[in-house]
Amino acid sequence: MKIAVCIKRVLDMEARFRIGADRASVDETGLKFDISDFDTYAIEAALQLKEKAGQGEVVAISLGPDAAQETIRKALSMGVDRGIHLKVDRIPFDPFAIASALATELGTGNYDLILFGKLSIDSASQAVGPIVAELLDLPCVTAISKLEISDKRGTAQRELEGASEIVEFPLPAVLTVDEGLNKARLPSLKGIMGAKKKPIETKPAVVGDIRITVSTMDLPPERSGGRIVGEGVAAVPELVRLLETEAKVL
Amino acid sequence: MPNVLAYAETRSGELRKVALEAVTAARRLADAIGGEVHALLLGPPGIASRAAQLGEYGADVVIAVEHDHLGMYSPEAATATAATRIRDGGYRAAIFSASAQGRDLGPRVAARLRVPLAADVVAIELDGDRILAKHPMNIGKVTATLSLTGSPALLSVRPNAFTPAPNARTARLETAQPAADPAAARVVVKELRQGSGAKLDLGEAPVIISGGRGLKAAENFRLVEELAAAFGNAAVGCTRAVSDDGWRPHSDQIGQTGRMVSPDLYIAVGISGAIQHLAGMRGSRTIVAINKDKDAPIFKIADYGIVGDVLEIVPALTQAVTASRAKH
Repeated sequence: MKIAVCIKRVLDMEARFRIGADRASVDETGLKFDISDFDTYAIEAALQLKEKAGQGEVVAISLGPDAAQETIRKALSMGVDRGIHLKVDRIPFDPFAIASALATELGTGNYDLILFGKLSIDSASQAVGPIVAELLDLPCVTAISKLEISDKRGTAQRELEGASEIVEFPLPAVLTVDEGLNKARLPSLKGIMGAKKKPIETKPAVVGDIRITVSTMDLPPERSGGRIVGEGVAAVPELVRLLETEAKVL
Repeated sequence: MPNVLAYAETRSGELRKVALEAVTAARRLADAIGGEVHALLLGPPGIASRAAQLGEYGADVVIAVEHDHLGMYSPEAATATAATRIRDGGYRAAIFSASAQGRDLGPRVAARLRVPLAADVVAIELDGDRILAKHPMNIGKVTATLSLTGSPALLSVRPNAFTPAPNARTARLETAQPAADPAAARVVVKELRQGSGAKLDLGEAPVIISGGRGLKAAENFRLVEELAAAFGNAAVGCTRAVSDDGWRPHSDQIGQTGRMVSPDLYIAVGISGAIQHLAGMRGSRTIVAINKDKDAPIFKIADYGIVGDVLEIVPALTQAVTASRAKH
């Protein structure tokens, strides 16, 4: 089984964000980056499928600036076999532009499965995976939380609001991975050492037309919270009074 | 023709609340550009009878597509049908819901039509003839204003961001066939499983009671359930620590890797307020926090806080809420 996992280098969300001088991006000065959370679940899913099959190859693909190689290297340290870096100076916001570049590369790879995280936690469009599937005319199931593959067919579960769907599909296919499918492994020391010798191929990304841009970016209004009503059970009547008369939610 | 299409989401032959939200968002945009709202309604035979309800919320035309295989979502048939209608109808924009179904369908349709999609938007504006959309990014820590070039523009609207607003008219009913045969699809939804509680969904509940590690044990979630029952219109959520420990299913998790919610009232019980959790609930209208640690970050964003033992305070609150609701 040959599996591609598309991963994205995103900002570490723990940091305090400032808006950049262009008023349309986050000021990245001093901030750290990591693999988008859901992408680590996609990597884990690919590694487990390969381990279960006893053979195969897992390829991590990342579109981004030179620093995206660090992101790919982390995937290699988790157990991915090799990496492909699609180089751009700056990752565009437009999911179609990103998907076109990925589809151009993926279309030549003869993959049985192409995995994505459900969404990138920075841009949060949740669109690149299904757009790639459309561009390659492949079956696609999004936001899966369970997966069984056997004999070139798959069954997945996806969570809906208050329900879930059981979905069947043939391979090759594109899947996007939600939380709940697995817990991503951490790189082992041996994995980190081994990753240094694994190949990363770099090529220029063929980014598609850009039709969505971020024109401005703002910080959301601060919540004016911080009001302690009281301590212990004694504070309950006052809380209920406030919910009735001030917040008007009771 | 400056009309706007709204995709009216159904499940098991019923309209979902997000369908009315999509029609409401489409109505506002159509009014701004001087066009009509056309609602696309896919479902099993009989679904056309829901057209009148879409008219009540502002649909001028309802295109009903009935098929035996559309009792469950068919991604490929829905994509072909929506893409064909949007292309042939010459729409200025199409509005989907940023629900599980809409987030699956919207990108497929956008790719099929080679048009832009702004996903998960909380506001739509016009700047001349350009469409702008507000989209929370980076786990809600920033809001981007997206500028969409070209026509049609596709947008998916965040659940609860557009409150369904009655705008009654008598919708003209059209019928159509699926543009691809759902019976011949490669990807097939075989089964729809109702969630365990079958109660209110987190995305739709006006009140959410959410529990964290401060509850100390899985069985103490009973107290959270009882408080939710006292409200009568509440759903139960949890933190990632709790779902990782298996106390609650992952589908109940609120935060960076879980659900993003914005109810009228969010009560955080035994939740310290890690940034990953705040990402999922900071858009709530009123936030209440109950926690033993007065320095917990959750208190910084809570409108009202009580410091103390959740195992004592929550049952007292349940009693008080029950009494309050009995009064009204």
